[in-house]
Amino acid sequence: MASQLAIHRLNKFLSEKEDLDEVAAAKIDKLIAELQTPGDHFDPVQTIVNGFMDFKIHKFDKYPCLFDKLALGQSPKFLVFACSDSRVSPSIILNFKPGEAFMVRNIANLVPTFSQLRYSGTGAIIEYAVTQLKVENILVIGHSKCGGIQRLMEHPEDGSVPFDFIDDWVKIAQDAKDKVKAEGGGHEACAREAVNVSLENLLTYPYVHKEVSERKIALRGGYYDFVNGVFELWEKHESHISPPMIIPPPQLKM
Amino acid sequence: MAILPPTSSSLSKDSSYSFSLHIQSSTIFGSKLKSGEFQQTRFRLFSNSNSYPGLTIKASRESLGLTQELKSNKLERVVETEDGSDLFEDMKHRFLSFKKHKYLENLEHYQNLAKGQAPKFLVIGCADSRVCPSTILGFQPGEAFMVRNIANLVPPFESGPSETNAALEFSVNSLEVKNILVVGHSCCGGIRALMSMNDEIDKSFIQSWVVNGKDARLWTKAAASKLSFDQQCKHCEKESVNRSLLNLLTYPWIEEKVKKGILSVHGGYYDFVDCTFEKWTLDYKEDNLKEKNGRISVKSHILWS
Repeated sequence: MASQLAIHRLNKFLSEKEDLDEVAAAKIDKLIAELQTPGDHFDPVQTIVNGFMDFKIHKFDKYPCLFDKLALGQSPKFLVFACSDSRVSPSIILNFKPGEAFMVRNIANLVPTFSQLRYSGTGAIIEYAVTQLKVENILVIGHSKCGGIQRLMEHPEDGSVPFDFIDDWVKIAQDAKDKVKAEGGGHEACAREAVNVSLENLLTYPYVHKEVSERKIALRGGYYDFVNGVFELWEKHESHISPPMIIPPPQLKM
Repeated sequence: MAILPPTSSSLSKDSSYSFSLHIQSSTIFGSKLKSGEFQQTRFRLFSNSNSYPGLTIKASRESLGLTQELKSNKLERVVETEDGSDLFEDMKHRFLSFKKHKYLENLEHYQNLAKGQAPKFLVIGCADSRVCPSTILGFQPGEAFMVRNIANLVPPFESGPSETNAALEFSVNSLEVKNILVVGHSCCGGIRALMSMNDEIDKSFIQSWVVNGKDARLWTKAAASKLSFDQQCKHCEKESVNRSLLNLLTYPWIEEKVKKGILSVHGGYYDFVDCTFEKWTLDYKEDNLKEKNGRISVKSHILWS
């Protein structure tokens, strides 16, 4: 915390002091660089401290209008299902700002079918988002190199020892695995198909089905390929799935 | 719904984090739809790519049911509201901005991440739209494996398979994270639902889930009964983080690693009303856990404001 504040104040000093001589300015620049250089030893607490102070200084304190309103309540337009994978935070890749997206993160971004006997965690999220927050969009985002999808595709055929909980969970996408294996596809095909299975499963929740058929909620699937830096987006309608929009389009090299 | 007009004070000059509030006319219609008024939809061919120069709609290279069979050779006319195409456009801009300002500027780092992840944290946070740990704690790609559920709850081992413990198992046993951080927050709707529950037979999904925090509610009702309901909820928000930390230790493979000192367990509380963050670390002492409703022992308790 001390270093973040110090960096902030030193930068401010540099920008405000016009008649600072070169030697002094160079020394301050060096000091800022030293404060910013991470040490060899990873300190989890310092990581959290720095992260929060950065957010507070550069975002929370800079936009009181937005944050005062959010303190009174939230009305996100999106319910997003994304994988727990550390590389695929929708806040980063799709720039969701505070207040925009009610967000679920779980292994392989799966949505189980409606059941009153289990997976109440998912049921609670959908129930809250649809009936209380009244979101207008549900977006399920899959991604490349998903460990959950890999496990689904490889087990039990690889003969490995079952996990306590993971295998039970990823079986939600069993239909995706069966379809892809029948067609000779691989893990990435399964990851995309699993998104569609989750979108279908969403429609088994009565309040989701009702809102979708009344055109009050749109269901969309996404796929983030972080190997090639590409995002695909498509919409699930009741009778069909739209062809995906590819971002950026293949012919525009970016 | 709060519709926020962009003001000069809310527009960022910092191009690396554009905070401009992107208001589209469709949001106004969006709120009307909610009150039951009927909005006239516009019929348009989905394949109309006039609004996306240079973009052709392509089917996925791998034909795997992404497009359903069409009944005839003609493309079906698809009913699209104006909202739908605006939203696609918005998503496109967001992703392209991320690709330009972050992905391509740190290409080597992203290429390394594409080969594999080695996050140091498992973070368990609430699904609330205001408390994304990537935003408030600045976790960058590769740093934190993340679970988000209602009220950032961790059910105990004996409750059986769930969404949350599948992620626990993967992050602790496969990825071997060194830290688990459970982050609670102010004005939590899930905790409020927990505190408001009666003993009804027919539970909603929300109630069936938040009952995982029942020990926190019991403690709060006993210790803070003289406080207002809002204050009790705040106590419960923090207490449920502690209960979740205790529930983490009911998983044998977690307790074993904590005992060996190769896994640390932390609690956090984000108050977005006055923007403070409180953080504490579980001080593992085997004795403490033998008490059924024992208080947990913590160290390094800090508040930043």
